[in-house]
Amino acid sequence: MSIWEYANPAKFMRTTGAMLPWLVPAAVVATVVGVVWGFLTPDDYRQGSTVKIMYMHVPAAMMAINIWVMMLVASLIWIIRRHHVSALAARAAAPVGAVMTLIALATGAIWGQPMWGTWWEWDPRLTSFLILFLFYVGYVALWSAIEDPDSAADLTGVLCLVGSVFALLSRYAVLFWNQGLHQGASLSVASGERMSAVYRYPLYLAMLGFAALSLALILIRTRTEIRRRRLAALQARELRS
Amino acid sequence: MRALLLRDLRLAMRAGGGFGLGLCFFLILTVLVPFGIGPDRAGLAPVAPGILWVGALLACLLSLDRIFALDHEDGSLDLLATSPLPLEGVVAIKALAHWLTTGLPLVIAAPVFGLLLQLPLAAMPWLVLSLLLGTPALSVLGAFGAALTVGLRRGGLLMSALVLPLYIPTLIFGAEITRRGAEGAPVAAPIALIAGITLAAAALIPFAAAAALRINLR
Repeated sequence: MSIWEYANPAKFMRTTGAMLPWLVPAAVVATVVGVVWGFLTPDDYRQGSTVKIMYMHVPAAMMAINIWVMMLVASLIWIIRRHHVSALAARAAAPVGAVMTLIALATGAIWGQPMWGTWWEWDPRLTSFLILFLFYVGYVALWSAIEDPDSAADLTGVLCLVGSVFALLSRYAVLFWNQGLHQGASLSVASGERMSAVYRYPLYLAMLGFAALSLALILIRTRTEIRRRRLAALQARELRS
Repeated sequence: MRALLLRDLRLAMRAGGGFGLGLCFFLILTVLVPFGIGPDRAGLAPVAPGILWVGALLACLLSLDRIFALDHEDGSLDLLATSPLPLEGVVAIKALAHWLTTGLPLVIAAPVFGLLLQLPLAAMPWLVLSLLLGTPALSVLGAFGAALTVGLRRGGLLMSALVLPLYIPTLIFGAEITRRGAEGAPVAAPIALIAGITLAAAALIPFAAAAALRINLR
C-alpha cells in the first residue's frame, strides 16, 4: 500500500467515488456551521460586527495559498514521475484556487472599507494576493490555450515551478516596497494565541470546512477530467475502427 | 555561439525596427504621459521613475514574440535544437541578442527620456544603473514566456499575461533604486537585490525555457 497506487486512474476513481458521498456533506456542514456559528459570536470590542467576515476571509486566504502549494507538488510529481492523475489534479485545482483568492480579495475589500476606510490599499499582503491571482489566471489561460494534453501538462508544470519562485519573490519584494496596513497573522503556532476561544473555534471549523470544500471540488473536477480523457480515448478508438 | 548571436543581431537590424521599435514605443509613451498627467514639474517628477520603468518593461514585452516565433515558423528552431549547441545555450544567446537590441538602447537613451519627464539630474545615474542591471532579467524572463507560448497561433497576449507577473520583483526594485536615487536615500539594498534577480534569472531561467522549448518542439 503506497500513495503511488492512486496514480492508477481506476484506483483513484474507485477511492474518490467512495469518499465523495461523505466528503461533500461534511464539507458543506462544516462550512455552513462554521460561518453561521461565527456570525453568532459576540462583536469584537474594536472592530464591531465587521469581524465576522473573518470566517470567510481567513479560510479562503489559507486555501488560496495551500492550493497553489498543492498544484506545485502535483506538477512536480507529474514532471518527475509522469502520473497523469497528478497533472489532471493540478489542472483541476487551479480554478478552485483562483476563486479562493478572489473570495479572499473581495471579502478583504468589504472588510477593509469600514475598518481602514478604503476598499483597496497597496498593502504588501493585498498586493501579493493580487499577484497570486494573476499567476492563477496565467496558469489557467495556458492550460486552456494548448490543445495537446501532455504538452499542456508539461508546460503548465514548468510555469508552476517558475511561477512559485517568483510568487514567493514578489511576496517579499512588495514588503520592501510598501509598509503594511494589514494586521499580522491572527493564528500562529510560534507566537501563541492572540484570539479568544469564542472566536477561535468557529474559525477552526470554518477553516476545516473550506479545506474539505476545496478538496471535494478538486476531486470532483479531477474525476471529470479523467472521464473526459476516457471519452476522448473512446472516440479516438471509434474513429480508427 | 558567436555565429548565432551575430545572426540574431543581423536579423534584428535588417528586418527593420529591431533597434528602433522599442525606442520608438518608449518615446511615444514618454510623450503621452505628460498629456495624461499634466505638464508641471511637481506632478511629473515623482512619477517619472515608475513611468520610465513601466515603459521599459512594455517596450521589452513588445518585441518578445520575435525571440522564437520567426525561427519556429521557418524551421530553424528545429535545426538549432538538433545542433551540438545545447538548447539552454541557444536560449541564453537569444535572450542576450534580445537584450542587445531592445534593453541596451533603452539603457543608453533613458537619460533623454528622463529629462522629458523632469526626472531630477541626481537620479539619472541611478536610472541608468537600475535599467542596466534590471533589463537583462526582463529579456531572460521574456525568453521563458516566449518559449512557453512558441507553438501557439496567437500566443502574444497570453505571453504578456504569463510574463508580466514574473516582472513584478524586477520592476519594484528597479523603480525603487531610481526613486531613492532621486531622494538621495541609500540605494545599496535594492541594487544588490536587483542584481541578484538578474544573475539568478540568467543562470537558471534558460534551463526552464529550454525545457519548455523541448516540449513545444516535440
